[in-house]
Amino acid sequence: MGLMSERILTGQNEKQTEPDWVLMILAVRDHRDRAAFARLFEHFAPRIKGFLINSGADPSMAEECAQDVMTTLWHKAAQFDPSRASVAAWIFTIARNRRIDMLRKQRRPEPEDLTWGPEPEPDQADVVALQQETNNLAKALKSLPKVQRDLIEKAYFGDLTQSEIAKITGLPLGTIKSRIRLALDRLRHAMKQ
Amino acid sequence: MTIKHHPEESTLLAYATNNLPEAFNLIVASHVSLCDECRAIVESHDTLGGALIETGTVASMDTESLDRALARLDVKTMPERKRHTPGTLPTPLQDYVGGDVDSIRWQPVGMGVKQAILPTSSAATARLLYIPAGAAMPHHSHKGTEMTLVLQGAFEDEDGRFARGDVEVADADVHHTPIADIGEDCICLAVTEAPLRFKGWLPRIMQRFVRI
Repeated sequence: MGLMSERILTGQNEKQTEPDWVLMILAVRDHRDRAAFARLFEHFAPRIKGFLINSGADPSMAEECAQDVMTTLWHKAAQFDPSRASVAAWIFTIARNRRIDMLRKQRRPEPEDLTWGPEPEPDQADVVALQQETNNLAKALKSLPKVQRDLIEKAYFGDLTQSEIAKITGLPLGTIKSRIRLALDRLRHAMKQ
Repeated sequence: MTIKHHPEESTLLAYATNNLPEAFNLIVASHVSLCDECRAIVESHDTLGGALIETGTVASMDTESLDRALARLDVKTMPERKRHTPGTLPTPLQDYVGGDVDSIRWQPVGMGVKQAILPTSSAATARLLYIPAGAAMPHHSHKGTEMTLVLQGAFEDEDGRFARGDVEVADADVHHTPIADIGEDCICLAVTEAPLRFKGWLPRIMQRFVRI
């Protein structure tokens, strides 16, 4: 584990001003590091809250839900797979499901969990490449025309019908999809051993 | 085993963003459990959701929020969910059935065909279908889209052959006559937008049965 953290550290771009969130989650997972948790909380909780308010939650519910999402992150840190998801993506899935619970909406079945085989850690190169692709995706998202971005946001706030969803085109997902696909292949291979 | 027939891309996006009725969530989660191609698409939609959170509105938390969260870290609030082992039914389906195929409470609908309706919200209907090897699917009409996921055996119709993991998407105006493979009894999950209306299916299925 120590080796992996070091490699993430040395692989970190010096121009990057933001802390390495993957490293923070690993510190939470392996060392129950409360300082790392606090940094994750300070960055992500206000963003989760903003996201929930935009998707129609009232501020006090959004506050409570954002807190819940962060404590869930603490408890489920062992399930985070940095070769398949950015920290923000993982947080998005927790927030989406927490929001469903709070609104007491219909159940949302989740796909089967894929657990690691005897190989204890994802390939380090996969982790770095996935995080790189995530940054590219965020940039591509910023450069989309406003109309298109607004439509995508509405979809993620749970505000669209299926036929409106069908109108969303040109999502910049090609490279991130093949990256995740590759990580899934490696995972399947490890599970077979 | 290669999966050839997938849900539409927009259905996968609607799943990731929680814009589907429960029954459709169930069929997508079940397909994704068997199909890494679609799992990669859904997880890239999750990545996009993450990017939206990362670049979206920031709403400040209450002043004592972090302290309250830190105080709660040692309290294990979430009971572990009962975990199923993947079998003929992928785990999301086992959550609804209460186990694998042996736990399905089938109801006979005639000619060896059985069905089990699963408890979902009323916006759409999910049911498991058991079709004896070589028999035809019961004919039924439905409003809107119908999705069928093969879990065991296979069936064939005008659109091709559908085996484990494959999803057939049919609009309301599609009149197809799927026939189960002769080698093995076929188990499918079928999901329709509105409640099903069986319409004279018994005579029809008898016709087809006789034809085989």
